[in-house]
Amino acid sequence: MISGLTLSERQAAIAILILGTMIGIVMAAAAAMRADAMEIHGYIVALYSLGLLAVVLRGYFAPEPDDTRLASYYDDPSKAGIILSMAWAVFGMFMGVWVALLLAFPDMTFDTAWASFGRMRPVHTTGVIFGFGGNALIATSYHVMQRTSRARMPGQFSPWFVLLGYNLFCILAVSGYFMGITQSKEYAEPEWYADIWLVVVWVTYLVLYLRTLARRKEPHIYVANWYYLAFILVVAILHIVNNLAVPVSFAGAKSYSAFSGVQDAMTQWWYGHNAVAFFLTAGFLGMMYYYLPKRAGRPIYSYRMSIIGFWGITFFYMWAGSHHLHYTALPQWVQTLGMTFSLMLLIPSWIAAANALLTLNGAWDKVRDDATLRFMMMAAVFYGLSTFEGSFMAIRPVNSLSHYTDWTIGHVHSGALGWVAMITFGSIYALVPWLWKRERMHSPALVEVHFWLALAGTLIYVFAMWNSGVLQGLMWRTYNDSGTLTYSFLDTVVAMHPYYIARAIGGLFFLTGAVVGSYNIWMTIRQPAPTVAPPGDEPVLAHLEPAE
Amino acid sequence: MFGIHYRLERKSITLVLAIMVVASIGGLIEIAPLFTIDETVETDPNMRVYTPLELAGRNIYIREGCYACHSQMIRTLQDDVDRYGHYSLAVESKYDHPMLWGSKRTGPDLARVGGKYSDAWQVAHLTNPRSVVPQSVMPKYRWLNTTELQTTYLGEHLKAQRDVGVPYTDAMIANAPADAVAQASPDGDTQGLVKRYGPATQVRLFDGDKRTVSEMDALVAYLQVLGKLSKAAQAPEPAGK
Amino acid sequence: MDIAHSTLVGFSKSFGLVYLLAMAAVALAYALWPRNRDRFDKAARDIIEDEDKPWL
Repeated sequence: MISGLTLSERQAAIAILILGTMIGIVMAAAAAMRADAMEIHGYIVALYSLGLLAVVLRGYFAPEPDDTRLASYYDDPSKAGIILSMAWAVFGMFMGVWVALLLAFPDMTFDTAWASFGRMRPVHTTGVIFGFGGNALIATSYHVMQRTSRARMPGQFSPWFVLLGYNLFCILAVSGYFMGITQSKEYAEPEWYADIWLVVVWVTYLVLYLRTLARRKEPHIYVANWYYLAFILVVAILHIVNNLAVPVSFAGAKSYSAFSGVQDAMTQWWYGHNAVAFFLTAGFLGMMYYYLPKRAGRPIYSYRMSIIGFWGITFFYMWAGSHHLHYTALPQWVQTLGMTFSLMLLIPSWIAAANALLTLNGAWDKVRDDATLRFMMMAAVFYGLSTFEGSFMAIRPVNSLSHYTDWTIGHVHSGALGWVAMITFGSIYALVPWLWKRERMHSPALVEVHFWLALAGTLIYVFAMWNSGVLQGLMWRTYNDSGTLTYSFLDTVVAMHPYYIARAIGGLFFLTGAVVGSYNIWMTIRQPAPTVAPPGDEPVLAHLEPAE
Repeated sequence: MFGIHYRLERKSITLVLAIMVVASIGGLIEIAPLFTIDETVETDPNMRVYTPLELAGRNIYIREGCYACHSQMIRTLQDDVDRYGHYSLAVESKYDHPMLWGSKRTGPDLARVGGKYSDAWQVAHLTNPRSVVPQSVMPKYRWLNTTELQTTYLGEHLKAQRDVGVPYTDAMIANAPADAVAQASPDGDTQGLVKRYGPATQVRLFDGDKRTVSEMDALVAYLQVLGKLSKAAQAPEPAGK
Repeated sequence: MDIAHSTLVGFSKSFGLVYLLAMAAVALAYALWPRNRDRFDKAARDIIEDEDKPWL
């Protein structure tokens, strides 16, 4: 790891890690005077920096890499990113099963504060979205941007800075929720200092991406990079605007949002919905537009459709956030605008899904035999289904039934499990043998097992939540003959119980799949390297192992 | 025309700018007009701000993630109104930094829960929800009773709130810690508190325990004021709606 | 604030539509421009055949 860095990069790393350690100590000392929970975060920052400092110092006197490195791509950060991504997947999904069980068995909190649903729910969402999804996006974007630009990254330090800095943000976020440090903004819960740190990391990421693109030998920028670039850029805009806040004190974690009431609600859901759009969609479409054609050994069905879809998504999504606020105190014209654009959003979304599936047309035998490709195919199917459902739920009368119920949770998970996680697993299974120069995954049979666990888990989960959501929505609005509400709120809570258990079982399937996948990836890496290096990335067909 | 496209693709910076322009326009057009919304929605000059104790309670509500299961936004739907009361008005969350409208009702809406249950019920329910509602799936918050409320820095909290636009006065900021204690100590000196926050301020022994001002006091004080800061929803019909 | 709410809302509603149509026209024209076809086809093909080292 360190042997890949030049001497000056090692020195830069040491300087930054010493600075990080000092910042951590200052944070801890300042917060300690107020008995503020930020003290723990100070220690975490310091220890994280010190731990990495030890790693750098241990490898400091290793010989410098010679110039032959410039004739190859720099993949060490991608490898680390994949391992981190799988670790976060197991952690985040485990927390998901736990919080699912809490709703069925509420006394599983052991009478502690940290184990209550309210604190653990963002641990789950942040763990899977930012931990699992974010690391996968960073790892694959490094891989894709170098290949499609046919250029090596400009240096060895900044990719590590982005990856490890980003993981520090995730650790601060998740550990903060357990202690009650939260802004309460959904999917933007971390407090001001973590937010500022993410801005630093993210700007470095953008600069790294642009510098690599600037070094490209291939004049055309491949469309996958457009999606990754939109992901990086727009997430930066959303993150900065939605997190504008005034800290109570620089020695404490608490801050107050710059916006209030209706403006805050609109800003939050402009952020919230576009986090779905540009974090959970654009970035993963970038993944799809590279790994799916590569794995299938066929060019994308229509490059033109991918461009039209790109601008459609970039333009339409930004208007759709207000569909989260139907029938609220938000002015009606904004709600109508949100609904209209949500419906139009179906066009670019289905263009992308159709493009993926049409690429596979004529290669269905591969889909049948190769679980990795089938992961990607199923992801495209779920992407099409979820975007249709999303547009449908944005229609005001439909939303009046679905909003505030588990239907929303089901919808999110058909997108998150069916689309995001499946395209990620497919891409990772394609990528791991390429990066570690293995002929194939350790066990194609286990990839097959993972696929069916993931599919079964997703279906159980989504059907459970559809049922409970529609049922609860209908019960809330049922009137009896005398014109009063038939069911008390509590009646509807009782009715949810079986579905909450079913949901936890679905989640457990999905988690088990992720554990199987992690084991398979680990064994692939641990396999002894082949004595004769296999030819590079290109013999895609050779990697297509039939299921055993 | 071809030239422009050609450059757009070749030059990554141009691509970056195009993405930013295209992506930010929707948000700007939807959000910018909302900052002038005060001109059109109902106003309430008599609306009062959260007392320091209520604000501390609100921060506990945020810390524990209550918003993950409880909304504070009654929609303009008949069954919402029949179940929870008058639909929520924009002005009612005017001082809510951040807003807590919520997105999921695993539990019921709380926008107008203030005064709906007694303090004793709220304390019993928070301590062990299943002691009063056997089928409830809410977590227990027993430790709130025994955790003393941190009041030392409440002045700084009010000041930060003022920085983002909530009209706290200098006197409110200066007396914040004392006011927080006074609101949960009916036998003490509460004149200053009532003068600053108005005669409707609820001064009670919220958690029924005289010895300390606990986090339970603050959270119950907050819950009991929900929906009561503004009388706009009780007015005949808000103007401009 | 100096700008009236109705002005901003009016601008949002009118400009938004014009902007949408203009954007769609530009994106479609770019994607469907006949002379771009070869470049797009080449780009789609190229990633399938890339070798595992950068071009120097």
